[in-house]
Amino acid sequence: MDFDLSEEQQMLAKTVRDWARKESTVERFRKVRDADGLGFDPKVWAQMGELGWLAMPFPESVGGFGGSFVDAGLALEELGKMLVPEPYLASVALAGRALLRAGDAAQHERFLTPMLEGQTTLALAYAERDARFDPAHVRTEAKAAGDGWTLSGEKIFVLNGHAADHLLVSAVLDGELALFVVEGGAEGLTRETLRFIDGHRGARLRFENTPAAARLTAMDTAEVLQRAMHDGAAAAAAEGLGVLQAMLGITTEYLKTREQFGVKIGSFQALQHRAVEMFVEVELMRSMAIEAMVRADEDGPERAAAIAAAKMQLGVGGAFVSRQAIQLHGGIGVTDEADIGLFFKRHHALMTLFGDVEHHVGAYADTLAAE
Amino acid sequence: MVPPAMDLTFTERDEAFRKEVREFVASAMPPEMKQKAADYGHFSMPEIMEWHKILAKKGWVAPHWPEAAGGPGFDATQRFIFSEEMELAGAPPLSPFGLVMVGPLIIRFGTDEQKQRFLPKILSGEEVWCQGYSEPGAGSDLASLRTSAEDAGDHFVVNGQKTWTTYAQYADWIFCLVRTSNEGKKQAGISFLLIPIDAPGVEVKPMQTLGHTPAFCDTFFDNVKVPKENLLGPLNGGWTLAKALLGHERTLVAAVGQCRRTIRLAKHIAAETQGADGKPLLDDPRWRDRIARLELRLRAHQMTNYRSLAEQQKGKHPGPETSILKLVGSELVQAADELCMELMGLNSLSWFNDEGVVPAFEQWVPSTFCYDRATTIYAGSNEIQKNIIAKMILGLPSK
Ligand SMILES: Cc1cc2nc3c(=O)[nH]c(=O)nc-3n(C[C@H](O)[C@H](O)[C@H](O)COP(=O)(O)OP(=O)(O)OC[C@H]3O[C@@H](n4cnc5c(N)ncnc54)[C@H](O)[C@@H]3O)c2cc1C
Repeated sequence: MDFDLSEEQQMLAKTVRDWARKESTVERFRKVRDADGLGFDPKVWAQMGELGWLAMPFPESVGGFGGSFVDAGLALEELGKMLVPEPYLASVALAGRALLRAGDAAQHERFLTPMLEGQTTLALAYAERDARFDPAHVRTEAKAAGDGWTLSGEKIFVLNGHAADHLLVSAVLDGELALFVVEGGAEGLTRETLRFIDGHRGARLRFENTPAAARLTAMDTAEVLQRAMHDGAAAAAAEGLGVLQAMLGITTEYLKTREQFGVKIGSFQALQHRAVEMFVEVELMRSMAIEAMVRADEDGPERAAAIAAAKMQLGVGGAFVSRQAIQLHGGIGVTDEADIGLFFKRHHALMTLFGDVEHHVGAYADTLAAE
Repeated sequence: MVPPAMDLTFTERDEAFRKEVREFVASAMPPEMKQKAADYGHFSMPEIMEWHKILAKKGWVAPHWPEAAGGPGFDATQRFIFSEEMELAGAPPLSPFGLVMVGPLIIRFGTDEQKQRFLPKILSGEEVWCQGYSEPGAGSDLASLRTSAEDAGDHFVVNGQKTWTTYAQYADWIFCLVRTSNEGKKQAGISFLLIPIDAPGVEVKPMQTLGHTPAFCDTFFDNVKVPKENLLGPLNGGWTLAKALLGHERTLVAAVGQCRRTIRLAKHIAAETQGADGKPLLDDPRWRDRIARLELRLRAHQMTNYRSLAEQQKGKHPGPETSILKLVGSELVQAADELCMELMGLNSLSWFNDEGVVPAFEQWVPSTFCYDRATTIYAGSNEIQKNIIAKMILGLPSK
C-alpha cells in the first residue's frame, strides 16, 4: 500500500495552491458571487486550460495529458481551499468524464477537446424533479426527427447549466435511457439561471422540441450516469476535503487570536477538544477522498462502498467540522462578512450533490449480508 | 418512580383556554399573514409589528406581564399554552426586546416615571426596542464591556460600540449595558441605560447574516447625551439587572414552539417529496425513524420545560436549569433545520430563487438553516451554558 503522491503530483498540488493564493483568493470568489454574470470568469477558465489543468486527467487520444482522476482530485482539493468558482467539478470531473466514456472519437474531438483547452465549458444535465438522487429516473423525452433527435422536458439544479457551451442531457428514447449533446444556444432551450446556496450559479433547463447535436452511444447510458454520480461524489469529497481543511485552519487561527476572559479562547480545554475532534474528522475525510478518487475508475462493488464511505464522511464528519467552525467563531461566524460562512455553504452543497448521507448509507445498507 | 401527586394533564380550564386562543388567532390573523404562515414563510419586522398591534388590541401582547402593568393575567400554564398556540399557528414571532427583556426589567426596577413613560408604548408597539449588550471585544465575557457613560451633571455622555444588535435599524430605543466605573470588579462598574436611537451621535449600520437577512447591526455611540432619568436601576447596578433578565429569557431560549413547528415542516416536506421509488419520503422507514427520533427527543425537552414551568408556578425563581433548556432547545432547532434540508435533497441548494423553483414552504429553509447556527451562539453560547451547569449545578471545581 502506498499513499505517497508522485513528485509530479506534489508539484501539481503546489502549483494549483500557489496559483490560487495569488490569482483566486476567497476575496475574488466573493466579488464574483456578488456581481451579475456567470458566477465565474471565462478568462480564468481559459487560463486553467493553458496551464493544462483541464486536460490533465484525460487520455492523450482526446488531447489530454494522460494523468489520472487522482490528479484532478488534487486540483479540486486546492481549488476548494480558496473556493475557486470556475466549474472544474461540473465540467471536468462530471461532464468531461461522462463524455469521455459515452462519446466516440469524432464526438470527443468536437465537444471534449475544446473544453480541455479552456475554450468551452460543459454540463451534465441529469437531475429531474422527483428523482431524488437516482439518475435513471428520467422523464425528459427524446424523439427521432429527420436524421437527428429532439428533446422535451425539464432538468433542475444543473451545475454550470446556465453557462455551458455543450450540455449532456439524459432522456428517454423509445423507452430506453439515452444521452445527447445539446448546444447551449439551441432552439427551444430555455435556461433559467438559478442561485445556489453556496453562491454558485446553475440552471433549470426547459427543452421544447430542442434539437440534439449528437447522441452518445459508446457506453450504456445507465452505466454512464451511474459512474458520473460516482465521479461527482468522489470529486465532491476531494473538493470537500479542501473546504474542510480551510475551515479547520481558519478556525484554529481564530482560536489562537480571539480573546475573552483575558485569555485566548483557544486555551479553553473544551474548545481545544472540539478543534481536535474537527481535525480527526478532516483526517478521515482525507482518507476517504483518496480512496474514492482512486477507486472511481474501478469496476465492482468496492467502488460504490468507497464512494458511500466518502459521502458519509463528508455529510457527517464534514458537517461536524463545518458547523463547529461557525460555532467557534461566535457571532461573527453568523455574518455574511466572515469567510467561514462561505465555506459552510459550499460544504452543504458538496455533501448534498450526487447523493446525501441517507442515499449512500441506504444503498450500502441494502448490500449488507452476514459474513 | 412517579410520585402519586404528579399531574401531567392540562385542566379543563386550560383546554378551554387553548381553544379560545386558537379561535382568536384564526379570526384575527390577516389572510396574507395566514398564507405566509401556511407556507412557513419569513416575517419581516413590519409584519411582526403589525401582529404585535393586533395582539395589543386584544390585550394579549404581554402574557407574562403582571396585570397591573398591562398583562392579561394568564397563569404560567396559560402562558405556555398561549406561546405554543402562537408558534403552532405560525404567527409572527414577536420581537422580544421590549416585551420579554426590557419591559419586565422596567416593571421590576423602574421608577414610577419610567414605568409610565415606557411600558404603555412597549405594549402598544409604538416604540420598538433592541438590545445593546455585546461589543466586538465583549461577547461571552460580557462583563469586560467598554462602552462608557461618563457623568456630565444632569446627563451621561456615551461613547463606544455595540455589535450584533438584532434589528436595531427598526428600533426606537436601545437598552445598553455601559461602563460607569473602572473601579473594583468588572461587574461592579456596569450600569443599565435606556438610549433613544435617534439621539445625536448614535449610528446604526445593518449587516447581512449568513441567512442573507439584514437581521443584526453594528451600533456606534459618539458623544451621545443621555439624560440621567434614563438610568434603569441603581448606578453601577446594571449587572444585577442583566442577570435578572436571563430568567425572563427562559421560554425564549427553550424554543419549544420553534422546534415543534420545524419538525412539523419536516413532516410536511417528507409527505410532499418523492423518493426514488416514487413514494413520499414519509412512507420510507429510514426517514420515518429520523423524524421519530427528533419528535421523541422533543418530547423529553417539552417535559423538562413543563417541569421548569411548574416550579415557576410555585413561585420559584428560575435557576441554572434554564441552561438545560437552552442547550437542548437550541440543538433541537438546528437538528430539525438540518433534517428539513436533508429531506429537500437538491432543493436544499436553492437560494432565494423565483417562485416555482422549489415549493413555497421550502423557500426559506436554506436561509433559516444557515441563520439558525446562531441559536447555539446567542443568549449565552452553549459552551457558556455548559460552564454554568458544571459550576452551578454539578459543583465541579474551577482551575
Ligand atoms: C444572530 C445573533 C443575534 C444576536 N443578537 C444580539 C443582540 O440583539 N444584542 C446583543 O447584545 N447581542 C446579540 N448577539 C450577540 C451574542 O450574544 C454573542 O454572539 C454571544 O454572546 C457570543 O459572543 P461572541 O460572538 O463575542 O463570541 P465569543 O465570546 O468570542 O465566543 C467565541 C467562541 O468561544 C466560546 N467560548 C467563549 N468563552 C468560553 C469559555 N469560557 N469556555 C468555553 N468556550 C468559550 C464561545 O462559546 C464561542 O464558541 C447576537 C448574536 C447572534 C449570532
